[in-house]
Amino acid sequence: MNAAAATAAAHGLLRVNNLGKRFGGFVALENVSLSVAAGERLGLIGPNGSGKSTLVNCICGTLRNEFGSVHFGAQKLDGLDAHERTHLGLARSFQLPRPFVSLSLADNIRIPLLYTVAMRRGHHHASREVEERCVELLCEVGLGDKARRLPRELTQVEMRKLELARAMASEPKLLIADEAMAGLTHSEIEDILALLVRLNEQGVTIILIEHIMSAVMSFSRRLVVLVSGRKIADGAPGDVMRDPEVERAYLGQ
Amino acid sequence: MRTPTFLLICLAVSAAVFAISVALGNDYIFFAGYVVMQYVVLSTAWNILGGYCGYVNFGSAAFFALGAYSTVAIYKLITENDFYRMPMPVLMLIGGVVSGVVGLGMGYLTLRLRGAFFAIATLALAVVLQTLIVNWDYVGGSRGAYIIRPEQIEPIGSYIRYLFLIMMLLAVAAVTIARLIEHSRLGYGFATIRDDELAAEASGVPTLRLKLIATTISGALMGMAGAPFPYYIGYLQPASTFGLDYAVNSIAMPLIGGTTSWVGPLMGALLLGSLQQIATVTISSAVNLLIVGCLLVVFVVIAPNGIVGLFHTYLQRKPEDFVGRRPVDADASEKVP
Repeated sequence: MNAAAATAAAHGLLRVNNLGKRFGGFVALENVSLSVAAGERLGLIGPNGSGKSTLVNCICGTLRNEFGSVHFGAQKLDGLDAHERTHLGLARSFQLPRPFVSLSLADNIRIPLLYTVAMRRGHHHASREVEERCVELLCEVGLGDKARRLPRELTQVEMRKLELARAMASEPKLLIADEAMAGLTHSEIEDILALLVRLNEQGVTIILIEHIMSAVMSFSRRLVVLVSGRKIADGAPGDVMRDPEVERAYLGQ
Repeated sequence: MRTPTFLLICLAVSAAVFAISVALGNDYIFFAGYVVMQYVVLSTAWNILGGYCGYVNFGSAAFFALGAYSTVAIYKLITENDFYRMPMPVLMLIGGVVSGVVGLGMGYLTLRLRGAFFAIATLALAVVLQTLIVNWDYVGGSRGAYIIRPEQIEPIGSYIRYLFLIMMLLAVAAVTIARLIEHSRLGYGFATIRDDELAAEASGVPTLRLKLIATTISGALMGMAGAPFPYYIGYLQPASTFGLDYAVNSIAMPLIGGTTSWVGPLMGALLLGSLQQIATVTISSAVNLLIVGCLLVVFVVIAPNGIVGLFHTYLQRKPEDFVGRRPVDADASEKVP
């Protein structure tokens, strides 16, 4: 564990302890421990089927972990429903976009504003304010001109942006972007990365799950590698990539 | 349009309908109109759960019957013990509470079920409740129960006019509630449940609580629609009260009208309900379900989104809008950095 990881463990915003998850006889996650400090930019990588999305699902409450625990700030998350975790300030985008298909793009963004932001503040915005905020968020991801459209009119790439905008709308402390960039062009990746960095500078902790290594390397301040449900490396991106075990996992023996 | 304005317009229309019916001077209109209004309530109630949340309820008849049988139970209690006779609105409230509680219970029991499984569970609920009623002697069991309707009520005149008026007011209330939900935070929450529950939870929507609210409101309205039924029909028996007609009609009417807005079930119920009443008089009462079946097939093929959907498609065919929808344009805007 390097210095960065050690500080993270001390004042972690998110602390995952010995997390375990099985699907029948298949062990998806085994003894995964992870700590993320407030304000960090963490990259989470691993080959297909290594348990990245399962880890996200366990952290966010979409799946229930069988072993171990997850803490967010001072709060223990185990047993909380997904929406309660969102209210606490945890947001995620889904790997396969899951837009609300019968709602317009603006209304898709409106949901977290109505159900999370308003809840947290204890009062509702005037409808005009909500409207403006929806368009503003859509503009940030480059969908500003499509606020009145339905998700089915979007391309896959645009749906990923919508997914990200909806996660951002809940004003999270920790944002988990699950492969938000797959299929995007180089300049679009730059846009999304710039957006994530900007969010990070505003104080949002970000976990980026990505296959595009150039994006991960340029974004992450720390890198965690999962292989077959186990964490095999955790540290500064350069060190992690030189780790022989990581090389073996990615390139074979 | 704001809700008070909407409510006033609804009440004005209702008053006009009532005045015209009185002017026509034939009480049959009230008998037929009562059934149509009852279906407006049932299909609007069904749509709150089925259309807004996407949970298909096959057990509408059970909630309707619960309302009806709570009235029978109270009627027995009153006639046997010589209590003060309760006015109809109170009976409706009681029927609504009973059905609402059962709706809440059903929501709890089926909270992890979706799609076909939820539909089957509601069907099972109807069968279980019917079995209970059939074996409950106090409300008549399988023999059925007689309710003696008062001839007159002051100042409206014949009792059927009173029943019609009350059911029409309930219909107004149901449609107003549905419209209110649709334009509220609750309505947005319901829509996310229909679209994607995982994504809804991730956006902070408490899906379980919302689902319970929907089953409760939907059940309560159906129960309220059922409460005056014993007084309307005079002789209540389980087989017809739990009949297929109610379950099928309360699904078919919103589907034909369109499920995503309050207009759909209203139009579906008015159209199909009136058609059935006309067919009952002119052809035979047995042709009712045939009409529903045929119309349903036609709409599923031609207009899967119902009359409302048909209307929307027509509106969207404006040429300037059509150009904006071309996939070429979407690609072009995609490239702009």
